[in-house]
Amino acid sequence: MASMLMNSLRCCPPVNPAWAVQYATRSLSTSVQLHAQVQTKSKKTLAKPGVKNIVLVEGVRTPFLLSGTTYADLMPHDLARAALQGLLHKTSLPKDAVDYIIYGTVIQEVKTSNVAREASLGAGFSDKIPSHTVTMACISSNVAMTTGVGLITAGQCDTIVAGGVEFMSDVPIRHSRKMRKTMLALNRAKTLGQRLSLIGSIRMAHLTPELPAVAEFSTAETMGHSADRLAAAFGVTRLEQDEFALRSHTLAKQAQDAGLLSDVISFKVPGRDTVAKDNGIRPSSMEQLAKLKPAFIKPHGTVTAANSSFLTDGASAVLIMSEEKALAMGYKPKAYLRYSVILTPKTSCCLGDYSSSMVMSLFLLFRPAYGTPKVLARAGLTMDDIDVFEFHEAFAGQIMANLKALDSDWFAQTYMGRKAKVGAPAMEKFNLWGGSLSLGHPFGATGCRLVTTVAHRLLKEGGQYGLVAACAAGGQGHAMVIEAYPQ
Amino acid sequence: MAGVRSLGALSRITAKRYNVLSDISCRTFSVAPAMSARTHVNYEVKEDVAVIRMNDPTSKVNTLSVQMQNEMIEVFNEVLANDAVQSAVLISSKPGCFIAGADINMIQACNTSEEVTKLSQEGQKMFARIEKSPKPIVAAINGPCLGGGLEFAIACQYRVATKSKKTVLGTPEVMLGLLPGAGGTQRLPKMVGIPGAFDMMLTGRNIRADKAKKMGLVHQLVDPLGPGLKSPEERTIEYLEEVAIQCAKGIVNKKISLTKEKGMMQKVQDYVMGIEFVRQQIYKTVTAKVMKMSKGLYPAPLKIIESVKAGLEQGPDSGYLAEAQNFGKLAMTSESNALIGLYHGQVACKKNRFGVPERPVKNLAILGAGLMGAGIAQVTVDKGIHTVLKDTTVEGLSRGQQQVYKGLNDKTKKKTITSFERDFTLASLTGQLDYSGFEKADMVIEAVFEDLNIKHRVIKEVEAVIPPHCIFATNTSALPIKDIAAASIRPEKVIGMHYFSPVDKMQLLEIITTDKTSKDTTASAVAVGLKQGKVIIVVGDGPGFYTTRCLAPMLAEAVRLLQEGVDPKKLDALTTGFGFPVGAATLADEVGIDVAAHVAEDLGKAFGSRFGGGNVEVLKTMVEKGFKGRKSGKGCYVYTPGLKSKDVNPDIEDVLEKYKLTPNPLVSSDSDVQYRLVSRFVNEAVMCLQEGILNGPVEGDIGAVFGLGFPPCLGGPFRFVDTFGANKLVEKMKRYEEVYGNHFTPCQLLLDHAKDSSKRFHK
Repeated sequence: MASMLMNSLRCCPPVNPAWAVQYATRSLSTSVQLHAQVQTKSKKTLAKPGVKNIVLVEGVRTPFLLSGTTYADLMPHDLARAALQGLLHKTSLPKDAVDYIIYGTVIQEVKTSNVAREASLGAGFSDKIPSHTVTMACISSNVAMTTGVGLITAGQCDTIVAGGVEFMSDVPIRHSRKMRKTMLALNRAKTLGQRLSLIGSIRMAHLTPELPAVAEFSTAETMGHSADRLAAAFGVTRLEQDEFALRSHTLAKQAQDAGLLSDVISFKVPGRDTVAKDNGIRPSSMEQLAKLKPAFIKPHGTVTAANSSFLTDGASAVLIMSEEKALAMGYKPKAYLRYSVILTPKTSCCLGDYSSSMVMSLFLLFRPAYGTPKVLARAGLTMDDIDVFEFHEAFAGQIMANLKALDSDWFAQTYMGRKAKVGAPAMEKFNLWGGSLSLGHPFGATGCRLVTTVAHRLLKEGGQYGLVAACAAGGQGHAMVIEAYPQ
Repeated sequence: MAGVRSLGALSRITAKRYNVLSDISCRTFSVAPAMSARTHVNYEVKEDVAVIRMNDPTSKVNTLSVQMQNEMIEVFNEVLANDAVQSAVLISSKPGCFIAGADINMIQACNTSEEVTKLSQEGQKMFARIEKSPKPIVAAINGPCLGGGLEFAIACQYRVATKSKKTVLGTPEVMLGLLPGAGGTQRLPKMVGIPGAFDMMLTGRNIRADKAKKMGLVHQLVDPLGPGLKSPEERTIEYLEEVAIQCAKGIVNKKISLTKEKGMMQKVQDYVMGIEFVRQQIYKTVTAKVMKMSKGLYPAPLKIIESVKAGLEQGPDSGYLAEAQNFGKLAMTSESNALIGLYHGQVACKKNRFGVPERPVKNLAILGAGLMGAGIAQVTVDKGIHTVLKDTTVEGLSRGQQQVYKGLNDKTKKKTITSFERDFTLASLTGQLDYSGFEKADMVIEAVFEDLNIKHRVIKEVEAVIPPHCIFATNTSALPIKDIAAASIRPEKVIGMHYFSPVDKMQLLEIITTDKTSKDTTASAVAVGLKQGKVIIVVGDGPGFYTTRCLAPMLAEAVRLLQEGVDPKKLDALTTGFGFPVGAATLADEVGIDVAAHVAEDLGKAFGSRFGGGNVEVLKTMVEKGFKGRKSGKGCYVYTPGLKSKDVNPDIEDVLEKYKLTPNPLVSSDSDVQYRLVSRFVNEAVMCLQEGILNGPVEGDIGAVFGLGFPPCLGGPFRFVDTFGANKLVEKMKRYEEVYGNHFTPCQLLLDHAKDSSKRFHK
């Protein structure tokens, strides 16, 4: 069925934005039917005797804004602080009831390199709560969450706050290496003569600033480039990508209008207005999308500004607890966090004999296709068992390529060592409230948004199992199975 | 060991000149009997674009053979006549090759220069039609696009190329002693400017796709794709085709303009080049440079300049005519014949005639992190082989590790690899001081000091730790392998691998087998060498094997010439004037005077008075005085660090004075000096063939040119005998023999060839 839907998606070129709406409304209105489906699941529950149940109690996020807009004058920890305060506010959690705080971020502000600590102190959490920051590109907050899950499973903690933050309105731009070297030498210079000679050695070239790398360090490829090649490798057309982007924006707009994005908290930005809504959602028309020129591979590329996620500022936070603790504290959990895999390419299949980087870069944005079957196998579920899919949409081309990979027997056999494909997710279950393309993608914060959205959608749509999948630079990825908490 | 280093320096130039050739693969052409069905070129019409696909079913690469050309013309006519077609895309269906060049055999089959000129004119005509085609043709390039392939591509209206490492563009004809004979000398200057065109055609170097884009050689680049719904290679070609079709349509509906908007720089350059005086100056400088580099021994570069000049100064008609005629003339020169011979030889020496080894070498250990050891590590570690570098001291080891790092880092600086690839490659290198992990080694190459006792100690130590299947290869330039193997408990696993220094630059590897070495051991050594990118000759065991043995008498003669009062600079000028890339005196300094003395003494003992000539005492006295050559700062010359020019060492005059010989005016003319040096080299080479050290004249030629810098324009000692005439050489040698005795006695095989002029080493 999945592939049929994929086909229908592909085969109606003059796409009516309403079709997506139909799916959305249909799945919304079929909750009864979905309930019926629950009976036919491979497993009634993923709970296992002797294994601690870990629950998501609450998830919030600041509105995701295009970078350079209302948040422009803040610092990253301000955003993280807002998310943490929002979480405190929403859960009425006592400020000393947390055992550990973990934050994910990608581009670090050098002044607040342990942004978790700065934000938690600033949000008024007890200074006795340890907090650390993790980074794993676009799945940084996923890693923050799984780290928290690990701490609970290991019995070290019961209550974890995990989150992520990304602030693209300001990035560290450094002096050049030459200049830094001179400046450091200047620090050590003892005599005036030494200082003067060092200052005299400064040339124009020293003054060229060093920007944060757009390209990945190991592979020297930018994400946009990689996405474009990935799309080409899977024969994803420009039309398909634009359609998918339009779908994302249309669905996001509907969800926003219907008030479904309940994880968004309002945030009074100092010196500015209160922000309560994501500002990157812009449903457009196919004609307008078609006008854009390719952004990375010119002139024949297919990835454009409109079918890629945009630079975003935002922060998210989730409260994760052991089930017992949550119940003991009187919380009504939203979902169980079940199986989770973080993966990188298998050396055998990806790293060729000696030209590694070329091959590896091809896999940069490719994790969902690998992670999905793996986490499903671990959970003992099939694609049909999943009611809610939330995939990270870095690029429309990347998502479409992943869907095609999941739906290809040849790919499954050749690159994943499987006998057959797992199949693509059904589109009427897929990213129904928009995705990174439309809501925005603050790198470090997206993971928590995905998990919270799955929990909220399971509640709203009445499904039982949800799946999160996300890719990250460096050929890494994360996938997680989430189970609805019985209401 | 250091000796080998200089041998490297000697033929560094040669090595550079030839590496392009490996991309062109030769092909024996069989005429397909059926004329009806096309086998090489076909086309299909996609919407209004004809996709013309080339595929030579008989070879791994496409060449512009007669059949390919004929079918191409047929298809081209059909495409032109087909009203449904508005434009065309030219693409190869071979994933890794566009067109590797013209079919060399097609040129070699001609007997007169007129025939070759005609071939050239046919090519010119065909490409002229392509150029003037009313329907735009887009060349979609993936893989090598060389020689005639490039000329074809630049005749098309538009070029799209993949950014793959395999995609290279170039005109390597000059390396075969030819010129781009199908319009290349006429179109290239217009396309990339006069200086750029000269650079391409005179060096023959390969140009990567991104550089080609910058030069204006291609219009658009396409990224190679990774795994998708098809294999990466297959999908990349498909993608290239899709993009090329888009371009073809874009040209037809005027979305893509063929006249490129010229930048300011371009306009200025065009203006400057428009001045006749400037052009004349360019021709002059380029000619002077060519003369300086080639000593006038290579006619092709001059003919290239001539053809370009004719086109630019006298108009296209004269240009094309000059190109075709010069092409015809060049094809008949002995230089071209020699270079083509070397090319074929090189292809042959890139094959493993010993078959596939039983187990591939995955773990390689190298003993000794000196210049050679580290060099071997450097060419191994980036080939997916885990490499252990072992030395006895931390200092020695870190020096070696630094050498490997530097080699890779230089590649990073040149952007041939990324810093990540450098680091990833280095991760396969383990530096250590002990024998840990040797139980996993599949092959051990020792590059320790050239001393039989040390080699014996090492072989015993190593054999105690390595697994039974492990091969023990010894890197020596003169010690007989059987003597080294005498200490081994399993001599069938012992083999000689004689690398030339610097290992990463020198293409030759001389593999030496003893009568006990097993065939699988040889196969394995050759396989490793091929993986390291080497051109390999496999020779029999004996003092000095092949290469060192040929060089020794020549160096002995050089010493005698010094004793006879020939100035080192003069000696160098005479040798380089004969075509050697490095002069004899400089060579001695590079080898190291001590090593030369050592080898001269050893081989002198083994071969007797025949290896005499110069007095070994000259070398020994120099060593005593500390004149060990470049490494000690003084030898025949004085070397000042940082200075390129060098002066003759004034102190050697005393030494030479002490051992002064009176030259015999009968055999001391410049030409005689040259032939005295060369004839001893050549005679020894022929003797190696006679004694069965060499497997055949091809390997002899390749070894001499790629390892010792024998003049490439002569094609190696054996081809030299064929071209020069064995009788003439013997005649000269007999004259020298009268003066100097058995140093110049021609060997039997040479005498046989002299007697019967129909006997030739190369057919």
